[in-house]
Amino acid sequence: MDSAKKPTLQSKQMSRIKEKFAELEEKNQKALIAYIMAGFPNEKTTLLAVKGLVKGGVDIIELGFPFSDPIADGPVIQNASVISLEGGTKLTNFFVLVKKIRAITDTPLVLMTYTNILYNKGYQKFIAEAKKAGIDGFILPDMLIEEASEYLKSAKKNTDTIFLISPNTSKTRIEKIANATTGFLYLVAVYGTTGVKTEIKNYTLKAIKEVKKQTKGKIPIGVGFGVSTPSDVKKYISVGADAVIIGSAFLKLIEKTPQNQIEKKIELFARSLKKETLNVIQK
Amino acid sequence: MRYPKDGRFGEFGGKYIPETLVPAVQELEENYLKFKNDKKFKKELDYYLKQYAGRPTPLYFAKNLSEKIGGAKIYLKREDLLHGGAHKINNTLGQALLAKKMNKKRIIAETGAGQHGVATAMACAALGLKVEVYMGYKDTIRQKLNVFRMNMLGAKVHPVKSGSQTLKDAINEAIRDWITNVENTYYLLGSAVGPHPYPVMVRDFQSVIGEEIKSQFKKLENKTPDCVIACVGGGSNAIGTFYPLVDTSAEIIGVEAAGKGLKSGFHSATLSAGRKGVLHGMMTYLLQDKEGQITETYSISAGLDYPGVGPEHAFLKDSKRVKYHSATDSEVIDAFLLLTRTEGIIPALESAHAIADALKVAKKHKPSESIVVTLSGRGDKDVEEVQNYLDRNTK
Repeated sequence: MDSAKKPTLQSKQMSRIKEKFAELEEKNQKALIAYIMAGFPNEKTTLLAVKGLVKGGVDIIELGFPFSDPIADGPVIQNASVISLEGGTKLTNFFVLVKKIRAITDTPLVLMTYTNILYNKGYQKFIAEAKKAGIDGFILPDMLIEEASEYLKSAKKNTDTIFLISPNTSKTRIEKIANATTGFLYLVAVYGTTGVKTEIKNYTLKAIKEVKKQTKGKIPIGVGFGVSTPSDVKKYISVGADAVIIGSAFLKLIEKTPQNQIEKKIELFARSLKKETLNVIQK
Repeated sequence: MRYPKDGRFGEFGGKYIPETLVPAVQELEENYLKFKNDKKFKKELDYYLKQYAGRPTPLYFAKNLSEKIGGAKIYLKREDLLHGGAHKINNTLGQALLAKKMNKKRIIAETGAGQHGVATAMACAALGLKVEVYMGYKDTIRQKLNVFRMNMLGAKVHPVKSGSQTLKDAINEAIRDWITNVENTYYLLGSAVGPHPYPVMVRDFQSVIGEEIKSQFKKLENKTPDCVIACVGGGSNAIGTFYPLVDTSAEIIGVEAAGKGLKSGFHSATLSAGRKGVLHGMMTYLLQDKEGQITETYSISAGLDYPGVGPEHAFLKDSKRVKYHSATDSEVIDAFLLLTRTEGIIPALESAHAIADALKVAKKHKPSESIVVTLSGRGDKDVEEVQNYLDRNTK
């Protein structure tokens, strides 16, 4: 192994996500990450929502690909998955949609789905195809590092593998997970599934501070699950989060907004969230 | 595979779960390993299995049935005589006792037809534990009596309205509850499925079936059985039957639900017709579409209606140690009626799958040879379903 060469190689091939975090750091900003479900309620709406997200200043977009059995998701994303699948979302039209999104924006795109979807096609084949369409990284909420060797091997070339940690994850595990993670480390804010709204918990704030301390800035920390308002964003960032992830709140907005207003409404909501990530002062 | 350290049976099994559950499964594994060889724990479990559940169960020579079929002698392992009417209690007593040792105050469980839910509610009532059971909404309608039984036993039943509203969705919802209440909740899983250590733990608690078969048969015929047969949904009664016999020369056969036929699309024969994949925390064979979406299953017996199968079965299939057959609804109904009429034993429709296959296998064996069929449960719960089937199909 030629260790001297490694850093140059990495910086030359810096991923879109990594570049984005570097760019934000220069501007003294934190990242706003938005999750939407592809094909919910249809492809056209997804495209309009993406346009709104980009205009509203979202830094990274997480695109959900539906799975029949989303065990880590709450009612909002479960429902969006069902509607997307019933509407005919398949991998082929999903990758076409990703290409269409790539044609309108350079915003980093992360694919969030479940392990079986990748395993079924073969990790290598799936990741190559996703990458070609314009996906920059993956989040698999049911993939543990112990099971990930083939996945990691297939993803090593310039696609980010974003793993999750939880407030109850031990320090030794955080160390191992952080080592396998590229892009950002996803800290699950609450015990629970996605989209369940509770008040901000002290254990979450404590977890953010401790993880930041432990990882020493080697990898950005993104906080998600149950994050839905500008004040949530503000609070998590004030204690050290490098990014916040908002999903169910966007899906709820999509659900109740007529298609011709989607782009505008999403833009406004995104902007109200993004505002809290500018000129931040962290304690 | 005595104890798969990394939770793998060959390439199957493992742990595919949200990170939040990692401390919980680690705590479970540590405690399971600690208590499984603990003398006091074993004695206590043994007490409940004998005095409360009714173990050991008889190994009954079905003389009338054997004569009627011709060929091998058919023995029935009478798990149907256990408290609650099925083998499920072997596992729920073991896990509920473990949960109690772990000081867990809240138990959750999933159930399909309701048998595991009822067995969990019984074990928890006996041991003074609170339990909440997730059950697919469709199943709560189809198996209303079991919902009443669970309620009366003090369990809270949550109807699950997501997805296909059956067992697989009940498991999804139980996992979601576990993620949310991970700090005080014990998930009492009902089959040899899920993330490690569940498949191995449930197997061990159910292995009492195969151990008894071995020693009872030895007394009766002074050898090991020539063949053992059990039905496979998730596969807990089957793995409990098979595991103690895997190292013997016995022929071992698992029987899946072929429903309206393997080519009809209406079945739940995961090992016969599925592909490898990841669901409910494990790598195993699954019924899924081309894209990896899990498909809905069908079986006349609600207890076999599951798109996955225990990972150790997947391993035993690929290593060719166990053969997996399937039985269609009409074969199952015929076997159900035949056993009922020749022996006066009403089998659960699940168990009738094993009987149906035994009828075919027996004919290929000599009268000096013996087949042991695990009769995993009794069929009182199914008589309405069978009557409806007969009404539909005899006119």
